[in-house]
Amino acid sequence: MKNFKKITLDGLIFANPTFMLVLGTCPTLGLISSASSAMGMGLTVVVILTLSNMIISALRNVIPNEVRIPSYIVIIATLVTFARMFLEKMIPSLYESLGGFLALIVVNCIILGRAEAFANKHGVIESAVDGLANGLGFTWALTAMGIICEFLGSGSVFGVKLMNFQIAIFATPAGSFIVYGICIALFVYIMETVQRNLKVRAKQLERKKMLTPEEKIEEAN
Amino acid sequence: MGTFIAIVLAAVLTNNFITVKTYGICPFLGVSKKTSSALGMGVAVTLVMVIATAVTYPLYEYVMKPLKIEFLEIIAFIFVIAALVQMIEKVLQKTSPTLYNAMGIYLPLITTNCAVLGVTELVIGDMSKFLAGATMNMGWAVLYALFAGIGFTVVMVIMSGMREKINYLKLPKPVQGFPISMVTASFICMAFTVFSYIV
Repeated sequence: MKNFKKITLDGLIFANPTFMLVLGTCPTLGLISSASSAMGMGLTVVVILTLSNMIISALRNVIPNEVRIPSYIVIIATLVTFARMFLEKMIPSLYESLGGFLALIVVNCIILGRAEAFANKHGVIESAVDGLANGLGFTWALTAMGIICEFLGSGSVFGVKLMNFQIAIFATPAGSFIVYGICIALFVYIMETVQRNLKVRAKQLERKKMLTPEEKIEEAN
Repeated sequence: MGTFIAIVLAAVLTNNFITVKTYGICPFLGVSKKTSSALGMGVAVTLVMVIATAVTYPLYEYVMKPLKIEFLEIIAFIFVIAALVQMIEKVLQKTSPTLYNAMGIYLPLITTNCAVLGVTELVIGDMSKFLAGATMNMGWAVLYALFAGIGFTVVMVIMSGMREKINYLKLPKPVQGFPISMVTASFICMAFTVFSYIV
């Protein structure tokens, strides 16, 4: 159970694929100018990543080691083809807004990266949890940046007009680059501060344990 | 001639792969620390883009369309690209060891480069706005791939020049690495926005 908690937290925060590892940058930069298309991309990746992780983990003893990368690519490409057909029929608006990036999920480094780093060494359930956590980490990062970019670029969030202003640069890739860069810097800064504080607190606790009872009273005074 | 100029302008300036379409960002941020390696990567990507388009466009037009198996395009294209990259690597190794030594380390990375799969997907889609009235054929497809690759290389080289200067700056730790590169890239994008007024 503790293992699952660690996998989930790693995917969502400590090894977030978007902010900490900076993977899958092409769809991120291409789609964060609109919050809804960014979220749609994220959720599509969640589904494909979870399924591909499960399939690869289930087949990990069958696939020979020498041809594992081509095999993974075929599995992922098949899933992407299914996702593309499904979205084209069921959610045409999302299909339109994702454009070329839907086919490019095949070469998204996050999916191949998780297959290579995690799914081919772990069981099916663990791999599914890992895929879900990493996919959701990607989704929340994209949605957060999408909200910032869309608000600055057109004054609206998820297509709902909030304020009547627009800074045109944030609707173009130039604005996406700036927002992405600043978000990475902020995230890294917050993570470093939190981890430093945790270390300091752990050291204080350790010191308190080592003190004798008399010293503890002295400290309290 | 009009179509030729329209394709060149669109592929290199107004619809540049990095600054407008945001394809191929991984090598753009990862291999742009030095001008020489940026140039090597750009040339390698251009080579693979041209050869891949020259193979996948006829494959799609003359094999997959008559057989009505267009839905297999993603699987077929990624396989063609992976196989081509391996083949180019082996051919270079045998015929020109100096070129192989200069480009060899970048070649395996290109299989998972969005720009290559992106261009093969683009040329089979709706290209009418780049063609200025002409009908799409294999020649235009390969030409578009060639100049899209050149546009990619140009932006890579500009970026590497700027990053070489940035190395001399003293920056706070969280800003080092990717964040400052992204902000730099954003300025290049802004500069390229100006070209959209040409057409």
